[in-house]
Amino acid sequence: MSGYLAVLVVVLIFVVIFQIAKASEYVSILKGEKKSRQQSNKVNGFLMIVFLVVGLIGVYYCNELLKGKIGVESASVQGEGIDSMIKWTLVITGIVFVITQILLFWFAFKYQEKEGQKAFYFPHNNKLELIWTVIPAITLTILVAFGLRHWFRLTSDAPKDAMIVEVTGKQFNWLVRYPGKDGQLGRKFFKNINEANNPLGQDWDDQLNKDDFMATEIHLVVNKPVKFIIGSRDVIHDVGLSAFRMKMDAVPGIPTTLWVTPKFTTKEMKEKTDNPDYVYELSCDQMCGKGHYSMKANIVVETQEEFDAWAAKQKAQFDVAHESATPAPAAAPAADSTQKAVAKN
Amino acid sequence: MSNEATLHGQQEVMHGAHAHDHGHGHDDHEHHEGGFISKYVFSFDHKTIAKQFLITGIIWAIIGAFFSVLFRLQLGFPDATFPWMESILGHWAKGGRITDEAYYALVTMHGTILVFFVLTAGLSGTFSNLLIPLQVGARDMASPFMNMLSYWFFFLASVVMMSSLFVQTGPASGGWTSYPPLSALGDASIGSKIGMDLWLSAMALFVVSQLLGGLNYISTILNMRTKGMTMTKMPLTVWGFFFTAVLGVLSFPVLLSGFILLLFDRHGGTSFYLSELFVNGKALSNEGGSAILYQHLFWFLGHPEVYIIILPAMGMVSEVMAVNSRKPIFGYLAMVGSMFAIVILAFLVWAHHMFVTGLNPFLGAFFVLLTLLIAVPSAIKVFNWITTIWRGNIRFTPGMLFSIGFVSTFISGGLTGIWLGNSSIDIHLHDTYFVIAHFHIVMGVSAFFGTFAGVYHWFPKMFGRYMNNTLSYIHFWITLIGAYLIFWPMHYEGLVGMPRRYYDYSTWESFKQFADLNHFISIVVILVFATQLLFVFNFFYSIFKGRKLTTQNPWNATTLEWTTPINPGHGNWPGEIPEVHRWAYDYSKDGHDFIPQTTPLSPEEQANGGH
Repeated sequence: MSGYLAVLVVVLIFVVIFQIAKASEYVSILKGEKKSRQQSNKVNGFLMIVFLVVGLIGVYYCNELLKGKIGVESASVQGEGIDSMIKWTLVITGIVFVITQILLFWFAFKYQEKEGQKAFYFPHNNKLELIWTVIPAITLTILVAFGLRHWFRLTSDAPKDAMIVEVTGKQFNWLVRYPGKDGQLGRKFFKNINEANNPLGQDWDDQLNKDDFMATEIHLVVNKPVKFIIGSRDVIHDVGLSAFRMKMDAVPGIPTTLWVTPKFTTKEMKEKTDNPDYVYELSCDQMCGKGHYSMKANIVVETQEEFDAWAAKQKAQFDVAHESATPAPAAAPAADSTQKAVAKN
Repeated sequence: MSNEATLHGQQEVMHGAHAHDHGHGHDDHEHHEGGFISKYVFSFDHKTIAKQFLITGIIWAIIGAFFSVLFRLQLGFPDATFPWMESILGHWAKGGRITDEAYYALVTMHGTILVFFVLTAGLSGTFSNLLIPLQVGARDMASPFMNMLSYWFFFLASVVMMSSLFVQTGPASGGWTSYPPLSALGDASIGSKIGMDLWLSAMALFVVSQLLGGLNYISTILNMRTKGMTMTKMPLTVWGFFFTAVLGVLSFPVLLSGFILLLFDRHGGTSFYLSELFVNGKALSNEGGSAILYQHLFWFLGHPEVYIIILPAMGMVSEVMAVNSRKPIFGYLAMVGSMFAIVILAFLVWAHHMFVTGLNPFLGAFFVLLTLLIAVPSAIKVFNWITTIWRGNIRFTPGMLFSIGFVSTFISGGLTGIWLGNSSIDIHLHDTYFVIAHFHIVMGVSAFFGTFAGVYHWFPKMFGRYMNNTLSYIHFWITLIGAYLIFWPMHYEGLVGMPRRYYDYSTWESFKQFADLNHFISIVVILVFATQLLFVFNFFYSIFKGRKLTTQNPWNATTLEWTTPINPGHGNWPGEIPEVHRWAYDYSKDGHDFIPQTTPLSPEEQANGGH
């Protein structure tokens, strides 16, 4: 009922606007084309300057309103570079934005048609055009130079002592594997995959696989570089680490990597953000199907001691898979959050 | 009968000089129906084909925009239920809340419809057809028959795409980019079943339509200009359409090849894009393909596509601004040169959409450099537009208002391109709401403003009537303010890293703080959508009831289309095609308000070398 009412109200508003518009057209015909054009010109010219002023105040107000919601500084060392790039790019583009918008709407207001005003025949001016070719070119060169310096740093090889975590995307959760004490991940092959006890398809003949363990949460050590080895089992996903300002696609068949150094433990972030529920989240940033929005893994950043204690408690996937015929223990992280059907093979 | 209609149409082309009404007046009784069909349905007349593109585009725009209203309701009111939604969407909105699958289908179709069916076919299809022959001084396109086919292939593509909305498993839902393996495997997503095949078929037909149209535009511009119309005397609109057509002809085939390989992977058992997959409990046999290959093929069109969308708008805005400022466009040659630079660079930047795919960082560096280079010609254009209105005598016609709006949004959205083109920033902002804000402002809103400027400016030429001014002003101001209110705050969501294409953010500690903002944005979306309906109403009402034109040249413009009769027949000029003596921008020169292109140079001008 209220739905019909809403439609009725909208239609009524339309009819009223339309009637006013029609009436004003008749009035303008009566007044003569020139006079009515002058009038509407005045109104629109005035609105131009109003839009400029209110718009610029709006930009400021929007910033005041939302700056508290865009979070704290980068939680990774690498992200600092990205944050500073963003800052400088914001300064440069911000200046250009304000100047050009002011010129555009100010000129529109100032040079609106007036009785006796003549437009200035000004087809071109090489000097002016040269200026606004060269200045943007120089500015952009500077931005490219700084941007690429950061880009090559961010995409450089991870330090040798970086810890290794493998993250594999699947519809719709993340499979996390640690290399165990030997620090090396064992071989895997997609045809070995078995939902019940071998979700990654690890090759049990590979000795390196004996101590690899899987986890439901990603645990990282503060101030220690970590190299993510990223893959996908089905479609393209993306490892999005917004707090660290990093991101990398997970592509089936083509492993990718990303490395980052967390700066703050989860506990420190809770204090910094003043949010006792704060948690680092790994989000899927590449459209991957109907559960895309729920594809999350939590990340815990902690001290080395806390990490060691946690790692000591984890059970190697080899042992999980080779336990007697008893059903897979609850520790198995393969439980799919959306698909109930589990492979029978 | 269709044969007869074809013949009839061809005859008309031959006797192009005759007004159309005369052409079928004498066999009125025998061929009345055929006359109607050849005049309004299978018409060869570029002006009629332009109107067909425009009206089909408007219908698609309403559908595409309505889809965005539906999914904005989900984003803005995630806890609310809308029982009426269940009545129109059925099991896709059980209980009045759209399902996640329906959400992704709506997002995908919104993108596909607006990028291809509205802003490509609806924009350049309409105005290239309408304006190229009229502004270069030709009686019709180089091949009117191919031109007609171009529309009907588009129509067929529309029918197929529309039908995909009604199949049991729904339309494609893998995003408008349709990345495999998601789009290749029906087991991975319900939208990748029959809906995806229909999507690919529709897009293939669409590509055919674009190629037929594009080749025609190019050959008409190169070969059929009237006497005296050298390339540098053409209005900037025609340059815009020319470059658009070149981009389309060179890049759409690459897209089609990508789609064909995808079809092979879907049904032929090939592995172009597929490798090492375990889907729905089974390991697939595909090995050795590359999912990234598709992205290269897709973006080789996908990036030029944004210029296919924006170049016609740039051309039209340049023209409308010059006419209504009563001033020549500033830096005509620089405008042409910058469009040319954009065309060249458009082919060299596609991988900036792929910075986080694991692309070789060294290769990425080149794409950063070339991408940011595009900002230079874009900056030239913006400064030239601003200088064009400087010291003008501006008439705020609806077309002019939308042109100013175009420049404003082009600046706002263009500047954020400098952020995203720099790969180090893109790592953080890629696939977030920052990207949504960027491209909606720069190629969504801007291109729409260009289209509206074109519709309002050339409506009198199309229908011999004016649109209602008051409605146009309301339309402009609400749309401009609304567009900024919708997209400006999205930059902030993006800065946090809030991913795009999420159905629900409420479970995310990192992103849920924007619930109020999303609520606000959705309300503005509904208001702006309603305002567009006002435009649609104004458009159709004015076709039949608008104020009639009393003069051939309502805006006092210099270009050739205003030398035709108020309602030109097929062939455009009843007599000889006029000869052109000067460029299109002699406004306020030597004490004249404007000098039409057909006016010969005065002795003094000849002494100065003229323009």
